[in-house]
Amino acid sequence: MGSMDDGFEALLEPFYNGKKLTDPISTKEDKYQLLPAFLKVKGLVKQHIDSYNFFVEQEIKDIVRANRSIRSDQEKDFWLEFTDIRVGTPTRNDYSDFKARDEVTPMECRLRDMTYGAPVVVDITYSRDRKKIVRKDIPLCRIPVMLKSAKCGLSGASNAQMEIMNECPLDPGGYFIINGTEKVILIQEQLSKNRVIVEADEKTGGVSASVTSSTHERKSKTYVILKKDRIALNHNVLVEPIPIVIVLKALGGLSDYEIMELVAGGDARYQDDFLINFDEATKAGVFTQQQALEYVGVRVKMGGPKKGRSMAAPRRSPVEEGLDALANLIIAHVTIQDLDFYPKAIYIAMMVRRVLMAAHNPKLVDDRDFVGNKRLELAGQLLSLLFEDLFKMFVSSLKGNMEYFFKKPNRTSAYDPVGPISSQGQYISQGLNRAIQSGNWSVKRFNMNRAGVTHVLSRLSYIAALGMMTRISSQFEKTRKVSGPRALQPSQWGMLCPSDTPEGEACGLVKNLALMTHITTNADEEPVKNWIFSLVPGVEPIRMFTGTEMHRPGSYIIHLNGTPFALTRHPKQFALRFKTMRRRGHISPFIGIHINEHFSAVHIATDEGRICRPYIIVREGKSKLKADHLKLLQLGRATFDDFLKHGVIEYLDVNEENDALIAITEEDINQSTTHMEIEPFTILGAVAGLIPFPHHNQSPRNTYQCAMGKQAIGAIAYNQFNRIDTLLYTLVYPQRPMVITKTIQLIHYDKLPAGQNATVVVMSYSGYDIEDALVLNKASCDRGFGRCQVFRKYTAELQSYPNGRKDRLGGIQKDDEGRTIAKHACLDKDGLAVVGYRVHSGETMVMKETPLDQTSTGIGSDRGSDDFKPAPINYRIPDPAYIDKVMVSNTEKNTAIVKVQTRQTRRPELGDKFSSRHGQKGVVGIIVDQEDMPFSDSGLVPDIIMNPHGFPSRMTVGKLFECLTGKASVVAGRRDYGFGDAFRDHPVEEMGKALIDHGFSWEGKDYFTSGITGEPHEAYLFNGPIYYQRLKHMVQDKMHSRSRGPRAILTRQPTEGRSRDGGLRLGEMERDCLIAYGASQLLLERLMISSDGTQVDICERCGLLGYKGYCQTCQSTSQVTQMTMPYAAKLLVQELISMNVGVRMQLEDKFPHPMR
Amino acid sequence: MPHKPPTKEELERRKIVGIRDEIITDVTSTDFPGHYPGESHVWDIEEFRQGVRVEFHQNDPLEASFSLIGVDASIANAFRRIMIADIPTLAIETVFINNNTSVIQDEVLAHRLGLIPFQGGHEGLHKFLKWWRKPTDESEVNSSYYDFNTVSLRLEVACTHNDQAAPGETDPTKLYKHAHVYARDIEFCPVGRQDRYFSGADAIAPVNPDILIAKLRPGQEINLSMHMHKGVGSDHAKFSPVATASYRLLPTIDITRPILGADAAKFAKCFPPGVIGLQKVTRTEAAQTGSGYEGHEGEVRAVVEDPMRDTVSRECLRHPEFKDKVKLGRKRDHFIYLVESTGQWHSDAIFLESVTHLKKRAMDLEKQVINMVR
Repeated sequence: MGSMDDGFEALLEPFYNGKKLTDPISTKEDKYQLLPAFLKVKGLVKQHIDSYNFFVEQEIKDIVRANRSIRSDQEKDFWLEFTDIRVGTPTRNDYSDFKARDEVTPMECRLRDMTYGAPVVVDITYSRDRKKIVRKDIPLCRIPVMLKSAKCGLSGASNAQMEIMNECPLDPGGYFIINGTEKVILIQEQLSKNRVIVEADEKTGGVSASVTSSTHERKSKTYVILKKDRIALNHNVLVEPIPIVIVLKALGGLSDYEIMELVAGGDARYQDDFLINFDEATKAGVFTQQQALEYVGVRVKMGGPKKGRSMAAPRRSPVEEGLDALANLIIAHVTIQDLDFYPKAIYIAMMVRRVLMAAHNPKLVDDRDFVGNKRLELAGQLLSLLFEDLFKMFVSSLKGNMEYFFKKPNRTSAYDPVGPISSQGQYISQGLNRAIQSGNWSVKRFNMNRAGVTHVLSRLSYIAALGMMTRISSQFEKTRKVSGPRALQPSQWGMLCPSDTPEGEACGLVKNLALMTHITTNADEEPVKNWIFSLVPGVEPIRMFTGTEMHRPGSYIIHLNGTPFALTRHPKQFALRFKTMRRRGHISPFIGIHINEHFSAVHIATDEGRICRPYIIVREGKSKLKADHLKLLQLGRATFDDFLKHGVIEYLDVNEENDALIAITEEDINQSTTHMEIEPFTILGAVAGLIPFPHHNQSPRNTYQCAMGKQAIGAIAYNQFNRIDTLLYTLVYPQRPMVITKTIQLIHYDKLPAGQNATVVVMSYSGYDIEDALVLNKASCDRGFGRCQVFRKYTAELQSYPNGRKDRLGGIQKDDEGRTIAKHACLDKDGLAVVGYRVHSGETMVMKETPLDQTSTGIGSDRGSDDFKPAPINYRIPDPAYIDKVMVSNTEKNTAIVKVQTRQTRRPELGDKFSSRHGQKGVVGIIVDQEDMPFSDSGLVPDIIMNPHGFPSRMTVGKLFECLTGKASVVAGRRDYGFGDAFRDHPVEEMGKALIDHGFSWEGKDYFTSGITGEPHEAYLFNGPIYYQRLKHMVQDKMHSRSRGPRAILTRQPTEGRSRDGGLRLGEMERDCLIAYGASQLLLERLMISSDGTQVDICERCGLLGYKGYCQTCQSTSQVTQMTMPYAAKLLVQELISMNVGVRMQLEDKFPHPMR
Repeated sequence: MPHKPPTKEELERRKIVGIRDEIITDVTSTDFPGHYPGESHVWDIEEFRQGVRVEFHQNDPLEASFSLIGVDASIANAFRRIMIADIPTLAIETVFINNNTSVIQDEVLAHRLGLIPFQGGHEGLHKFLKWWRKPTDESEVNSSYYDFNTVSLRLEVACTHNDQAAPGETDPTKLYKHAHVYARDIEFCPVGRQDRYFSGADAIAPVNPDILIAKLRPGQEINLSMHMHKGVGSDHAKFSPVATASYRLLPTIDITRPILGADAAKFAKCFPPGVIGLQKVTRTEAAQTGSGYEGHEGEVRAVVEDPMRDTVSRECLRHPEFKDKVKLGRKRDHFIYLVESTGQWHSDAIFLESVTHLKKRAMDLEKQVINMVR
């Protein structure tokens, strides 16, 4: 632990912020130190890594165990069993015995376009000649490895080791490298599974309860619908809804009385409402279980989900069908043991009861958007879904291979499964790789087909990468105009960042995790079941009770993951004991328990994907966190997990939060308080945490900054100059913000900053600062303000062709006098650009040549040409760049790969975009000489002048505070002044005092002299340092003009877009304006002369196109005239003719010649 | 109505820029003809000569502070602008990179080198060296460098392991040789007559030898040569001879009504130390009726000691107890300059040069005006 240098040490250090070890520790002030302790244990993207670790260490084994054995249909004696599966550490795929090392680093994968993957091995036992054969470590497949996961070489590496591996120690990890690109599996948000959700249909007034059952086998949804006072059950396999009484009767032959008891208990209101349903059964003539099963069986869709089996098996009777459907398909997650349907009956009765209750009291419907009803699906879960599918496919194809072998009449050897396992296993590797590469997640057994699950990790800035790792995407359609799922939910408090969401169509659907959010992994139910019965006397299994007993007032049903499990009459005591056991560490800390008084239920949740967050426990008005704890923490003798084990801290999920009374500060604690916040600013996420004083800003401004912080150019990672990315922006002189927040320290933004502290004066200056434009000081730009670098990658792969020929690197072309041609000026003898050379547009960087002959076989006379044609990689950007790096290597496929990186260094220019950290963006309107800038008494000249009109309507008071705080911090030389944490009081008084002490005005407004006239400005100008970010939008990349240029081949119209040197389209609406205005000559010029006007011959007699003054149709030249028309129109005419649509043009003189 | 000539107080008042708590009044000068009816104010060289004064407060090679009194803001500002933007200095303009294997990129390295201020023999710098103009024809560039317009420099550093380093040493500066490249590593290569002007103490060298240029690790090296040329600050900030050149107006503090006792101490605290002094009210003052000191004998009162030290924070205007008791202002024609030289020029010489420069400009303009009239 001590050797781990993860940068959090500084925060835990006792001397931090001028505090000394001897200073008294106040739990009130210093409790935030739990936060670095939390992040030290958990990390910023620990959710992803935990989930992946859970998959490779546990879930993968469970999946294999569930599908472990294969038996041959042909050879009855043969069997094969997978006894274990293990994921190794990352290796090179192209490893061979004569290569020295096979472990691979992520950086090598990025550079060589490889996949960062680890081999998966299985242990098998199988029979050969009636003997049991055990084989171990048989390679099965390769799976992509998540960076910094338990399997990754980076996990637990010290900074020095990271440096050797060319890795950035601050990189969060949690992503994959597939074919050299970094891919993130975004967190997916969905409705919780295996939980009943009751909803009211506003149009029909009906109420329905639904549950999505998810098991390893299948996923299906069951509904209990109340419609016109009648209740029915519906499911995908059913042809029509089935009256509920019939279903309940089918489930174990309950009597009418028992059914009524189960559903309504002793409550006469529910009894009255439910009574009518018995008529339905009577009408259908269903009285017995047999009849009910038949009724259900008839209505089960033929060839439902089990198409494969039903074909082989003989047709079953309706009763069997019904039994099978009820046992295995409907509410599949409630397992049936020994045909005991009672638990399922209780479950369905509970759903019915919920529907009845909601019909009585509309308040009892559930809220879909409530975060407690959501589950987050992470990389590990998604991979395990995919892996299970692929493994099942593998098993069946292995079986196919086996059967094929055993079918052979005379076999020479015994069956050896090792070879087939490795060869069939590659489909698993391919499937996983392809899914992560393309983001298309298709799991056949769930009918799941999701696109866009993975994204390329944005490396625009450190914050962009970090923001991507905490992003949550919702399953909701983006086009739907519903506000519910997009709205800020109160239950998001502390779990999801309230500020960080995009604007526009994905607004509110894409969310981000807050700083302290933890996402649970699956915990085992069995130990919890044992605890339930042993905690309090009088807790009995639900199986033992009748409906009346269950629904008696004061009886609470204990639900385990949504399924009724036990009954108690002391829910409070039970929950308390349960929590105590959890706090003592006997029960996993991530198991949640809460009491629902409305439904008299206790819910225990052990499932994965619940969102939770740690709180300090408060008992009897006293915080459990004592100064001694913090002391231990500072001394490094205790970790966050120790506090967890000792009942100082516990995790609460969203549901359990509702049972808690949480104080924000120590002062707020009273006798009924149960918990206390660790630090209020943790309700914000990592990206929103960059904003100083966010609680003083208008909320949309914080949201804008969250979007812009990701576009800011800055330091990407410590290894940024070793990377070769498609596009990489870096700032030449990034600075740590003058005013920071604790979040900034926690996420290490102060080590990889993206911006500079500009001295800003708020005033109106020239007319070039309207509409948020900024005035920049030229001397500042000269000295390096806003200077940034743009790196671009150009790749050339030297492929080999099936006929054995290969691409090659050609030499430099010389002109007649033996001089290198201008295009090849930057090439070296090897056909690659020289590092350090300045390339201009059109110059060749890689002189690749491809063989002219790629198809011939080379056998006999089929030789083909030996010549090569040039296929150079040219530099095409108008502004020159320097060659930064040239890398030559080979890929996994053993083809040579050349990567050339170019570099541009840019100083700010007119139109470049800048932004402060308060959602205030602006472009450079003018760059002014230093001598023209206003100057203060001390000779201070601003870097940036900002127009004061940016403030009143935006209400970004935080920016003013940042400026004032920054100024006080600078003049007093005190770093500890420069903190702008959210939800902390701002010491304006103290800052003002510091300013006065150093001879400045207390409010930050100083006397300035105009640099132009030399006379004082009439107003005092607000000035100070404000952190400005340079955004990636730069004029140089957008500037475009064209007079003449390329045209599209098909239409002969000018091309479109800057990259093709295209024109700007005069569209139909613009055209309409010109027509309406009557600007005929302009129209003619725009639409014909400057576009695709073309001379055509038209026969006036037949109205068809002629050629060279001759009409083929009329076989004459007599009435052929020439006219100009758009080539696209001519093309349309010809295309119509080719489709047998005759187009004839009738010509007419608008201004006829006088009769001759 | 017959015009009364302005009183002395009135003339004095016109010279004051008013400092109020939220606004600055009377910012523009009014002493030009026609502004006050019935008064002449015609510019008169004799009158100007009488009025103009320069007083030095500090004169160090790198920093000078002086007052220029009796000129208009436009003149004072012209000097300031010329000092920043128009006085030529010598700086690295072209960098020829032979080899650069450091982590710092060629352009960035060149930019850093350009910003390093250099010093050398004043005669050579200011008299001997002339402008270098880039020939329009690219092929003539190499033949445009002469000893009187180009100074050649060299930087050759290679980082190696230090064999003498103690085992377990982690400090890169001890572990390696030349781990840090400083400005002092830049070598001056005199050509032609440059020996005469730039030798010994007058050699061209960085003003601050400790400027860090780059960091190296064993195996990395920087090998480059540089050309310095003369240029002006308006072209690039690196040519500016000053770190900053600015002025402020002389503050005036006018205590209109006595501030006494605890208020006086508080009043003094509203200003930087030394601006306001505390004096005991003497018997004679207390005896004076209408002075406001009646009956306050022996109490402290605030008196203005040195308004020049005031930073004009207006703090005293914020407190209600000083309301109507103090009037702040600044003298319109008293400019306190602060010139911080980067080291190539002596800070006072920069100002003198700016005067010469302005004079030259004025004469150029005169010539052109005359030509125009013809």
